[in-house]
Amino acid sequence: MTPLAAVGAGRHVTAAAFLRAGRRVTAILAAYPTLFRIALAVMIQYRVSGLIWMIGSVLEPVIFLVVWSVAARSSGGSVGGMDPHDFAAYYMLVLVVNHLTFSWITEIFQYRIQYGMLSFQLLRPLHPIHQDLADNLAYKLVNLVVIVPALVVCWWLFEPRFPVAWSLPYAVLALPLGFAARFLLDWSVALVAFWTTRVMAVNRIYYAILWFTSGRVAPIALLPGVLRPLAHALPFYYALAFPVELALGRLTPDEIWRGFVMQAVWVGLGAVIITTVWRAALRRFTAVGT
Amino acid sequence: MAWLRLFAVFTRIGALNELAYRANFWVQALESVVAATTVLGAVAVVFSQTKRLGDWQAWELVALIGVYFLVLGMINLVLAPSMAKFMEDVQQGTLDFTLTKPEDAQVLVSVSQVQVWKVIDILVGVGLLAVAIHRLGEKLGVLEAGAFVVALLAGGAIVYSLWIMLATLTFWFIRIENILMVFWNVYIAGRWPVTIYPGWLRLLLTVVVPIAFAVTVPAEAISGRLSALRLLAAVGLAVVMLIVSRWFWTFGLKRYSGASA
Repeated sequence: MTPLAAVGAGRHVTAAAFLRAGRRVTAILAAYPTLFRIALAVMIQYRVSGLIWMIGSVLEPVIFLVVWSVAARSSGGSVGGMDPHDFAAYYMLVLVVNHLTFSWITEIFQYRIQYGMLSFQLLRPLHPIHQDLADNLAYKLVNLVVIVPALVVCWWLFEPRFPVAWSLPYAVLALPLGFAARFLLDWSVALVAFWTTRVMAVNRIYYAILWFTSGRVAPIALLPGVLRPLAHALPFYYALAFPVELALGRLTPDEIWRGFVMQAVWVGLGAVIITTVWRAALRRFTAVGT
Repeated sequence: MAWLRLFAVFTRIGALNELAYRANFWVQALESVVAATTVLGAVAVVFSQTKRLGDWQAWELVALIGVYFLVLGMINLVLAPSMAKFMEDVQQGTLDFTLTKPEDAQVLVSVSQVQVWKVIDILVGVGLLAVAIHRLGEKLGVLEAGAFVVALLAGGAIVYSLWIMLATLTFWFIRIENILMVFWNVYIAGRWPVTIYPGWLRLLLTVVVPIAFAVTVPAEAISGRLSALRLLAAVGLAVVMLIVSRWFWTFGLKRYSGASA
């Protein structure tokens, strides 16, 4: 059908397409309980590897918590209006939100192509991203057994100050949106592996940008020079520190409103990038393997 | 010094292998530059808000990061790839080929793989150290320089002993590569002086994963704050760990049963 004919056929086509799309979504959702059960079993089987990876996830925010607390004490009690107890609250939430929004897909995608695993995944009547999403959620659920005790210990050691924040409910809404943005963009960057085998350098640069602009190195209000406007323009702040600062009540209504718009924009952009690049990637892909 | 001769031989082999993939040099250079920029950037961000971090000032931290990259480069140049190869050899039984060679097996497995391009990390570390020492000015005397070299050697010996002991565990638990990830996950703590951490974390970084001795102590030598006692403790620990790891290696090797088993 030519594009013009499609426009002419109009209403019937859209209605039928709508129904088809609805059935497709239902079919995909129906696969999730099984995908999730498999993922959960795998994560429990390889729980020791999971625990080892968690060391870094817990240690990094704790390191910055300590560094900023020491910096605050060295400059007369506080820096940028935050004292050690504020930093404790901030980085404990960074620990949780980073755990809930991160993905490791860029680290492993190369091997899927190199060792031919992707060929098998492509044979399934399901986009491979769904398995990744189920894996991601299962990992996060299982490793809450690390996160929760880590938080309790941090609470006891660093005495965080959590204000009663009116914007706390918004944090609950911002968290899944932040995760969606980060997951889609991580997955898009992972697709670079279709074009080059040297993805490590690309990943390093991507993570360096993410690291500075997400609020992990410093609350972005403390970033110097050009880094602060950069953080406001890129998606990583909205995926990580934005929910954190909502929970701490550190944002004005104006900033909150803008934050949600940016989250929506980046989720949308991520979805567009991923569909476009995935189509191009599949055309390039040549299966290698046994 | 059999190990030096063997190291030279394996370096030549490693270099010949890598020269076939010359583009890797540029990839590694890019990665090293990104890594150094990232770590230095974090220090710059912190020091944009404060003049001192505990009793450390900015250029002393640059020196510390220089040591961090120097040690990182040494581990990745020979230790990490060699240990990975050794664990693979135990899994597949190909360690036979190493054991039948007329050299000490521990030395052979310790230097068998050399990733020559990782030397860039070492160069980055030395460069940062040079700049930092220059900026710190007249403080570095012969005594400090000597203490630095001794502290670095002791730290290197401690890290080596830890790695060989962790890798030796593979004789009992065949699939244990992940244990080395514990080291990497904790090594990021070495980007800051361990003296700023609270007591329990400092203890962890001194005793369990001895980053304190590998990175902080040599950096302390440069900024002239290293006491003779701490240096002595580092050297003492290095000697003890070298002896213990040697014993543990011999003990573990007895469990190896070869490819035909």
